[in-house]
Amino acid sequence: MSIFPYLVAAWLFIIGLYGIISSRSFVHIAMCLAVVQSSTYVLLLTIGYRYGAGAPIFASVPPGSPAVDPVVQALMLTDIVVEATLVALLLSLAVQAQKAKGTVDPDKLLELQG
Amino acid sequence: MNYLAPLPVAIPLGVAAVLAGFNKRVPRRVADVLSLLTTVAAGAIALRLMVESRSSPIVYWFGGWVPRHGIAIGISFAIDPIGAGMAAFVCLLVLAAFTFSLRYFDSVGTIFHALMLGFLAAMCGYCLTGDLFNLFVFFELMSAAAFALCGYKIEDGSSQQGALNFAITNTIGAFLVLTGIAMLYSRTGALNMAQIGRSLGRQDDAMVIFAFVLIFCGFYVKAAVFPFHFWLADAHAVAPTPVCILFSGVMVELAVYGVARVYWAIMAGPFAAHRPALMGVLLTMGTLTALVGAVMCFGQKHIKRLLAFSTISHVGLLIIAFALLSPDGLTGAAEYTIGHGLVKAALFIVAGILLYRSGSVDQSQLHGQARDLRWTGVVFFCGGLGLAGMPPFATFLGEHSIETAAIRQGQWWVTIIFFLAGMLTAAAVFRVAGHVFLGRGPKEDGATEGAKDIKEDRETRGGNNDGIPATMFVPALLLVLLAIAVGVIPHLHRQMRVAGFTMADQHSYVARVLDGTQIGDAHPARESGSWAGSLARSLGATGAALALAAFALSSKWPQRKKRPYAIPLRGPLYALRAIHTGHIGDYVVFLTFGVAVVGLSLLLLIRVFGI
Repeated sequence: MSIFPYLVAAWLFIIGLYGIISSRSFVHIAMCLAVVQSSTYVLLLTIGYRYGAGAPIFASVPPGSPAVDPVVQALMLTDIVVEATLVALLLSLAVQAQKAKGTVDPDKLLELQG
Repeated sequence: MNYLAPLPVAIPLGVAAVLAGFNKRVPRRVADVLSLLTTVAAGAIALRLMVESRSSPIVYWFGGWVPRHGIAIGISFAIDPIGAGMAAFVCLLVLAAFTFSLRYFDSVGTIFHALMLGFLAAMCGYCLTGDLFNLFVFFELMSAAAFALCGYKIEDGSSQQGALNFAITNTIGAFLVLTGIAMLYSRTGALNMAQIGRSLGRQDDAMVIFAFVLIFCGFYVKAAVFPFHFWLADAHAVAPTPVCILFSGVMVELAVYGVARVYWAIMAGPFAAHRPALMGVLLTMGTLTALVGAVMCFGQKHIKRLLAFSTISHVGLLIIAFALLSPDGLTGAAEYTIGHGLVKAALFIVAGILLYRSGSVDQSQLHGQARDLRWTGVVFFCGGLGLAGMPPFATFLGEHSIETAAIRQGQWWVTIIFFLAGMLTAAAVFRVAGHVFLGRGPKEDGATEGAKDIKEDRETRGGNNDGIPATMFVPALLLVLLAIAVGVIPHLHRQMRVAGFTMADQHSYVARVLDGTQIGDAHPARESGSWAGSLARSLGATGAALALAAFALSSKWPQRKKRPYAIPLRGPLYALRAIHTGHIGDYVVFLTFGVAVVGLSLLLLIRVFGI
């Protein structure tokens, strides 16, 4: 397996974190969090991938033919469900912040300090 | 008894789905009663499981996918007394939170009940599961419910910042955990914890170490360990009080439990030769957490935020207990979790009572306002004693066990950390008690120093002067009494030690789960520890806390005018406060650097210094 997909996963994680750190909007932060999460998708799929293997559906192929790992794909599906929930929650919180304060900028929502 | 195993998760989830589905059509009182009954049922089953699993841990395979020839494909619950006990404890605190919220909210939709029950189900599943990915899923379900509860009623008023910071930092932590799990899966091809443990054996290459670093750092974001702790105080300041009870009482402690479970089921093998390195890193994190939390706690005037920082400090003590990486440390951690959870839940309920009465939890606004609430004040004061680790509170039992284990491993200095953390957090509570319930100390008019004024009017209108409802006071009283009762139950400590040794025995755990065989019983050797040292430490901490609180309430305390003896302390204290900026970007910077420093120092210690 080439090292390239792992580098992509690491890059997505880091660039997503950078986006969150430097962000001026909670909507943007929710999207950056989705980028961080895509890193886990890439990582999971890479781990399960095998060169020259088919999809893990065994209806029409002889038993014993190579297939990619279906477990990581199931993990990734779970991961997507988690992400959908979290992004929806974050965005709804951002909407409430906009309604109450008229801003989604973390710099302007500072009420809790020290 | 196997068929009972999934019920503590299934029952609350089912009821939560029904309540959420019929949202508007269910009258509030019906939802209240249904939630209370569900919680009691789940708790009773968890208790039953705890009793049953004492002789032999219960392993339940979903869909009957039992392992063949020692290879597990299915998903399992692996229930030992500590896991089931934690689940039962979760149910107890959820029960207290539901009881408290009966009269607390002016209006509440059934969505609140559904979220709380979802939270309960996730926490129970987290305690019982034997599968690493399942642990992550329950962790995320717990988080999602917690984020929503933290932001509950948010449209009525002030602060979304706390909920947003909570959600973002904890989600990043969850991704760290998931990345670590993926790395372990790529190495072993397994997700069952026992299976991973067996496949890894004693492999200790960089990838295994780094995977564990990602997993424990990810969980420790939720456990609010320094430098990942910033979100906790913000979340507690905005979350409704019944939710705070669960956040501080069990949720953060469960994250510590998760790491302990992963360590003892999987990582005990790979780290067998590197225990001093891991101990060093974890003890440092725990010590820093305990001290930072304690100092910040004493500096707060917003009572919920004060209690939140106290939780951070006590989690630091729990981390120290786990960091001993010994069964006795684990036993102490379990005892301390129960003692602290009971006491802290009672303290938060009192904070909620103050909020219900006066619409504020700011110490300076509440000066002398609760003079008539004598018994509530007594409960609050007893909570302070519990935090200081006074006997007969269960916290004393836990601290004594941890100290005994630490001294036996040559870490006698742990006692000093326990003294400092207990003293400062208890002094903060005593000071608030003197200020609010006795009306001592100078009456201040200005806003709280450092923390901005946080409006609390969205939970309850306040101004309820017609007495405190029994549904609020009685749970607080019972929790404090229970904290004392747990501390004096005879033979409890021996049972807890058996449970701790069971959890910390990787070989018998793996054999029980994968082969269905039982290798021996946990028979911990008799321990020899004297009570005198711990007793002196706890009495000293309580005395010092009372003296410090009295000093803080006296006119000698440096308020606005500078006193010469306060000058050397000012710099560090203000610097410490200044890093709690409330800005999500800063929190994520601390998180990123924290993970990097922890990972690098562990690799350095193991690879370069060969510890």
